[in-house]
Amino acid sequence: MDIKIHVEEANGNLNTIEAPTDMALSLMEILKASDYPIAATCGGMALCASCHVEVLDNTYAEEPNDAEMDMLDTLPVVSQSSRLACQMPITEEMDGIRIRLMAEATME
Amino acid sequence: MIYTDLCIIGAGPVGLFAVFEAGLLKMRCHVMDVLPQIGGQLSEIYPKKPIYDIPGYPVVLAQELVDNLAKQIAPFNPTFTLGERVEKIERQEDGAFILETNEGTQCHAKAVVIAGGLGCFEPRKPALENLDTYEGKGIDYMVRNPEKYTGKKVVVAGGGDSALDWVIYLAELTEELTLVHRGSSFRGAPDSADKVMKLAEEGKLNLKLNSEVTALNGNGVLKECLITNKEGKIELVASDYFIPLFGLSPKLGPIADWKLNLDRNAITVNVEDYATNVEGVYAIGDINQYPGKLKLILSGFHEAALMAQSAYRVVNGGKKASLKYTTVNGIQSF
Repeated sequence: MDIKIHVEEANGNLNTIEAPTDMALSLMEILKASDYPIAATCGGMALCASCHVEVLDNTYAEEPNDAEMDMLDTLPVVSQSSRLACQMPITEEMDGIRIRLMAEATME
Repeated sequence: MIYTDLCIIGAGPVGLFAVFEAGLLKMRCHVMDVLPQIGGQLSEIYPKKPIYDIPGYPVVLAQELVDNLAKQIAPFNPTFTLGERVEKIERQEDGAFILETNEGTQCHAKAVVIAGGLGCFEPRKPALENLDTYEGKGIDYMVRNPEKYTGKKVVVAGGGDSALDWVIYLAELTEELTLVHRGSSFRGAPDSADKVMKLAEEGKLNLKLNSEVTALNGNGVLKECLITNKEGKIELVASDYFIPLFGLSPKLGPIADWKLNLDRNAITVNVEDYATNVEGVYAIGDINQYPGKLKLILSGFHEAALMAQSAYRVVNGGKKASLKYTTVNGIQSF
């Protein structure tokens, strides 16, 4: 199935994108494919934090993994809802999720 | 002044392979990079990452690929300026270019190849109101010369390996050392974390866990850091230096000022030879953009080969290069 993801950019713009659940994609890959200006430097290894997002709704309960926690721990600005998009597989449970791109993630 | 045929900006895999392709055509190369070592992202961010899509290698570690590229280009004796950032490219009357780094190093080149990947790696900065006021006046984002902190009051912020490593090193030098970390424990190398805890127990380090630096005070130069913990308790710590160590992140940097056509932080190029809108300036690898572009190391290698054919004409007054097969005479070094 296709799920809906609501994406808020650093400047407040809000858009909804659709993502297939059957292609083993991560949220980072969907954001890149949708032309969002995230750097995703390390290519999805939780090694650079340049796909840093905040999850804005509290229904998504997946916890960050260890590698992701390690990386988030090194950043100057994080919140309780910080995640690395590369460590978030696109799943049906994610349908309707709302996320915000952190300035850290973009190249501007 | 360094004199060369091609000045390559960026010592990542694509910049390195460009030396090889240029070398086959007898063009000398000078390579410049803001990082202190070659390899770009591969060495800086993921040296141990396995890469699966390099032809002929079922799998290769990122650092291994860099080491092999270094071996492959060694016969062509490239020269390097590392740890400096190219700030300016100026075209001369004879069509050549003079490039200048932030440290004042100058390179005279007949053509320029930008293999800048995602741009320059720059330190991540904490969100503090008057941060820029004190940059260079008490705030350092990198420890370049540790001796300068001897006998000083220093506050370090961060919880990663580099924060831990520097705190262990600086503890021997400083008069007063404080480490501020947002978390309640360290997730970095356990050995370093243990050493930091021991320094705190011995009274050689003021360890502020669950805390952040929330404001900076001073008068022209930094005087004190305001540290707030999770309970909201505020503390003022006298500071000659504040060193936030939150890792590096790529930014486009000075490339944006070189009058090149850009599209979403990438340089638009002609797909025939990866030339930019400025004659004699090429862009290859992740830094360029064209219809159908795939940001793969593989694509960058291909782009380097085509660039070299075209740059040969620029370097040799319009003379056309003839394709050289390495199978005929091998690599003819110089």
